[in-house]
Amino acid sequence: MKLTGAQALIKSLEMQGTEVVFGLPGGAILPVYDPLIDSPIRHILVRHEQGAGHMAEGYAQATNTPGVAIVTSGPGATNIVTPLANAYMDSVPIVVITGQVATSSIGTDAFQEADTTGITMSITKHNWLIKDAADIPQVIAEAFHVATTGRPGPVLIDLPKDVSNQMMDWYWPTSIDLPGYKPTIKGHPRSIAAAAKLIKSSRRPVFYVGGGILRAQASDALATLVEKTDIPVVTTLMARGAFPDDHRLCLGMPGMHGNYTAITAMQKADLLITLGARFDDRVTGKVAGFAPYAKVIHVDIDPAELGKVRKPDIPIVGDLRLVIEDLIQALDAGETGDMNQADISEWHAQIRQWQHDYPLRYNDDPQDGVVKPQHVIETLSALTPSGTILASGVGQHQMWASQYWRFNHPNTWINSGGLGTMGFAIPGAIGAKVGRPDKMVWAVDGDGCFQMTAQELVTATAERIPVKIALLNNAYLGMVRQWQEMFYGERYSEVYLSPDLPDYVKWAEAMGCVALRVESPEEVAPAIEKANEINDRPVVVEFRTDSREKVFPMVTSGSTNDEIDLGPMFGGDL
Amino acid sequence: MTTQGTTFVPMSLPGGKSASDINHHVLSVLVENKAGVLARVAQLFSRRGYNIYSLAVAPTDDERFSRLTVVVDLESATLEQITKQLHKLINVIKITEINPLEAVQQELLLAIVNVDTQTRSQVLELADIFRAKVLDVGLERLTLALADTPDRLDDFTELIRVFGIIEVQRTGRVALAKLSRSGTRSGLTKGKAS
Repeated sequence: MKLTGAQALIKSLEMQGTEVVFGLPGGAILPVYDPLIDSPIRHILVRHEQGAGHMAEGYAQATNTPGVAIVTSGPGATNIVTPLANAYMDSVPIVVITGQVATSSIGTDAFQEADTTGITMSITKHNWLIKDAADIPQVIAEAFHVATTGRPGPVLIDLPKDVSNQMMDWYWPTSIDLPGYKPTIKGHPRSIAAAAKLIKSSRRPVFYVGGGILRAQASDALATLVEKTDIPVVTTLMARGAFPDDHRLCLGMPGMHGNYTAITAMQKADLLITLGARFDDRVTGKVAGFAPYAKVIHVDIDPAELGKVRKPDIPIVGDLRLVIEDLIQALDAGETGDMNQADISEWHAQIRQWQHDYPLRYNDDPQDGVVKPQHVIETLSALTPSGTILASGVGQHQMWASQYWRFNHPNTWINSGGLGTMGFAIPGAIGAKVGRPDKMVWAVDGDGCFQMTAQELVTATAERIPVKIALLNNAYLGMVRQWQEMFYGERYSEVYLSPDLPDYVKWAEAMGCVALRVESPEEVAPAIEKANEINDRPVVVEFRTDSREKVFPMVTSGSTNDEIDLGPMFGGDL
Repeated sequence: MTTQGTTFVPMSLPGGKSASDINHHVLSVLVENKAGVLARVAQLFSRRGYNIYSLAVAPTDDERFSRLTVVVDLESATLEQITKQLHKLINVIKITEINPLEAVQQELLLAIVNVDTQTRSQVLELADIFRAKVLDVGLERLTLALADTPDRLDDFTELIRVFGIIEVQRTGRVALAKLSRSGTRSGLTKGKAS
């Protein structure tokens, strides 16, 4: 069967099981958009290529299947650089296809030419420039394989226009030819046995759980392991939902804005059982003072994470689900034949004491009638169905969302962790809703973030993707404002945005959304309930929130995690 | 050793080990022979802040593969991190770590040296001592070639410097692990995909 390169590309995507692509056409990718008309693949037409990339990420995170984006050359490609960097940091499997100028024009500074593979080399797991249409099925198969196996991540395929038009003999590859790519899946039995021994002998153990658990789809295995060992769990920003917040052993989020108990349990632990986490600086604070008494078991599919920041006592490379299953077996098969865990009841008591003494707290009864952002998140969490997906932008609202939302299901938290990409929420939520139309999808967004990617609500309206946006409008770039208040002597530099410029309600309505504005605490719940009932179009609820509110607890940058500022609710001077 | 009143600080430590070797390790990296692979390796080093001391690239006897011989500076990162990050590159097939102290190494140097009627014979004498080849002869210049260990090239460069070096080019070293006399190869760590 003779096909054009473009037809082969679309057919290859179909062979990979792709149901949806997010994209925006342009000159160099034109040939690919023609066979798309005849394909069962749904195309979501975005308003900016950045949106396509983040939607692919949201889709991937909500469904555990790779998200696909198609954009044109030059500016189309550079506009999707941010999502690629974001996906690389958060290990999100996306496949980005970029048009490229014709091979004969490459290197001539042709119209809309950019060195896309060069630009994206360090922010993709791998990328390909295809120079012969006959390579297309092979490269697509390899690209999906690389994106989804080992440590997942973004890949990019750069497709010159003449290659799209070139005829080729269709085939579908029966094997992958990547001699340098063989991820280690199975953990080393001796290391796993040593880990089991260490777990049993520890008295103050903590599971330090990262986003890798979600990528490995190992939440169920983790739950079994936790039940078996009775060891408390912290879930990092990337792992919220990987273990249920409502579980008695869940301590919540550690790190710079984590809660006291999660942070302190790690600080005082004698063992960190690190599962798919990477000792990010936002978790560790000053590394030299992080978890000083803890031995470390570190399990990751990426060998380079082991010893990158903290030298593990027991490094284990492997797929988390398989390693956890093996670990459970090793724990059962210990010398004594039962768990025979060292007594950790004192540790549990200590943790309960911390939880009692230092819970997350904010002023939920403000005398001046302002809307507290934490109250919005708590109410939202309470009024939405179990399993609702929550997307977030980056900043204060993200931290409050992570702190005050009750996460009880994996893959229900879609956020930008490593790169910290403002504007992620709206396209992230759209991608998630496309992937999981059966679930309610809310995005928590800030006013700064909203203005970066709001145009994708036009996409949502046009494509009938009924996402709901909780816009926490505090009229500031809030996190930067918080730092200027706390560390720059209240010298506010370029952080004021205004509460009503733009008029978010009019703007949202202009984009085809239902728009609501909330200005007092009593209006919060009714507005959310009203939004929950709307299922035929996007909804934006603008909450005018307290500009002065800051995120606490906080471990100041450069401090150790022993120095936690609990904020004004605990008699702090702030 | 003195020449024309200039004092030389010997570049070699006792035992013929170059001072620079202490923080330098040699990685012999087998890669797929595909477009852009060198750029990927170079960008990885740049991105992660690793220092490359020298780099030599050439095809192997199997045309599907090329071999990079990278001399890395371990001041900037641990050898373990560098090899692990290199291994993450899809096109990298195998990494062999070679300790310079347990390796045979060769590097090629080309140098153009100023000469006059007085110094020409001295330069030729030096070249002879080091077994350098005279590649080209001009009225006032000589082009010399020397293939030897990196520290011998250092020594040679220092010695000819007093005559006036117009230009020096070095290739970066290539290395193989020393052969063991007891039948197994030493100084060779198998590439770890761990």
